[in-house]
Amino acid sequence: MTIIMLIISIMFLLPFVWMLSTSFKIETDVFKFPIQWIPERWNGFNNYKEVWFGDNPFYIYYWNTIKVTVCTTAISVTVSALAAYGFSKVNFRLGNFLFLIVLATYMVPAQAILVPQFIIYRKIGLFDSHLGLILLGSFSVLGTFMLRQFFMGVSNELVEAAKIDGAGHWKIFWRVVLPIVKPAIATYGILRFIWTWNDYQNPLIFLRSDHLLTIQLAMQKFTTINGEFYSLIMAAAVSAILPLVIVFIIGQKQVIEGIALGGVKG
Amino acid sequence: MSASTEVKTSEIVKPAPKKRQSKNVNNENWVGVAFVSPMLIGVSILVLLPILATFILSLADWSFITNISQLKWVGLQNFVDLFQDKIFLRSLMNNAIFMLTVPICMIISLFLAIAIDRNVYFKSYFKVAFFMPYISSVVAIAVVWQVLFHPSLGPINQFLMSLGIDNPPKWIADPNFALVSIMFIQIWISIGFNMIIYLAALQSIPRDLYEAADIDGASAWVKFKNITLPMVSPTTFFLLITGIISTFKVFDLISVLTKGGPMHSTSMIVWNLYDTAFVNLDIGHSSAMAVILFFIVFAITLIQWLGQKKWVNY
Repeated sequence: MTIIMLIISIMFLLPFVWMLSTSFKIETDVFKFPIQWIPERWNGFNNYKEVWFGDNPFYIYYWNTIKVTVCTTAISVTVSALAAYGFSKVNFRLGNFLFLIVLATYMVPAQAILVPQFIIYRKIGLFDSHLGLILLGSFSVLGTFMLRQFFMGVSNELVEAAKIDGAGHWKIFWRVVLPIVKPAIATYGILRFIWTWNDYQNPLIFLRSDHLLTIQLAMQKFTTINGEFYSLIMAAAVSAILPLVIVFIIGQKQVIEGIALGGVKG
Repeated sequence: MSASTEVKTSEIVKPAPKKRQSKNVNNENWVGVAFVSPMLIGVSILVLLPILATFILSLADWSFITNISQLKWVGLQNFVDLFQDKIFLRSLMNNAIFMLTVPICMIISLFLAIAIDRNVYFKSYFKVAFFMPYISSVVAIAVVWQVLFHPSLGPINQFLMSLGIDNPPKWIADPNFALVSIMFIQIWISIGFNMIIYLAALQSIPRDLYEAADIDGASAWVKFKNITLPMVSPTTFFLLITGIISTFKVFDLISVLTKGGPMHSTSMIVWNLYDTAFVNLDIGHSSAMAVILFFIVFAITLIQWLGQKKWVNY
């Protein structure tokens, strides 16, 4: 059984193996058949040098992506955690009603509101800017909903006890509740990081200037320009995927548990 | 002595909580609003306002490049046009075909999950391996598959030719195979997600159910049919619904691989919407498509709410 599963999983991963090995080949060896899984002639250094420091240097796009992804993740986690606390631990009038409104917007497909968002962005000058892109990913209903579930798991007696001690809501949020739900925050943070890093649709529509492009768009542009240089394209693909693989392997437990727990989907 | 002081203190203390409470309630309202307001403001400007605008613009005839004063109200004409538009109907049809990926992917994922659940060794390796495509960027994956599917030089067709198949399909370049190729990639990407959810469901099935079945001498198939399948039915329903919703949002793969071609064979509703809005600059028709997309997703979500309880088979 284990052997069969191992074979299936290796076949499943073959496209990645092919991508990695091709990224180290010289161009004329790319389509040699039978496939050279381990390149006979190595050209990895030049391929990656061309991708990272060539005419369309990836380090610029990498920096853009890191900037957008880190800011989006930080803001989104903050906004969602605040809202989740408000909706679960503060007993206020309209609270349930406002939560229903927020929840209802979850049904709206992102693609159904692209055109008005585009018009608004043009009007208020957020089009073609990183700030605009960051704001688009910062108000996640999914994140609020997910964190609210965890916040509700924190016992209300703890909150009441803190209140009797004279702590205000801000202090309770910061000192009492947040430390308890840290793992949930980490899970959501990692998921948001992955989704933002991989986002293709929003940058495609809301960015135009070449120097602002994120890695996903750069990847596509690179493919268009270097059409027939498949070894270069594969080196670019490896570069685009690698950071996520690292984040995923480090945060593997959180990601898989988070996905399984909430059944969440970007 | 002590009694009178007790009375005294209680007299003094009693009215106080009332006052504090009303002040507290007032205070709680403000604090609550303060905590949720960033989210509310963001959602209002970036989601609620735009969805209203989408509904309004779907009744208009307007192009991006002209001034707003050129906008003409045409009632439901945009919707009438769409249902006579061959490309749009083709896109809807393709979406319907694409839905097939959901059950296929779920069946494969369930069997993989069962196999991994039984396995003692390499559990976390398998989880990571099958999850890899899901966390990888769609653009990079699409580009890799584009080369793998290359009609003459691609490894897949070279392999097929070495097996003696002289005229292998041209995959994404062939109108008859393009949609199937993209469906294949979509299944490959989604297996990890489905599998992880199924694994969690499998792990929550009480072991004694299987032990009891073992005592009764039930075969593996009977156990699968009578224990596993009913116990994971809520998960199945959840995956089916979210899977179907996500097929209506497929965009990245199409945009990178085929741009709806060849001959509109891979055009789907979101691609069609994007093309109409941002290439043809036709706001009215693209907004009408957005409204249709909204109602499709809305209807499926409604089914989810109604069906949630009925589909739990135990």
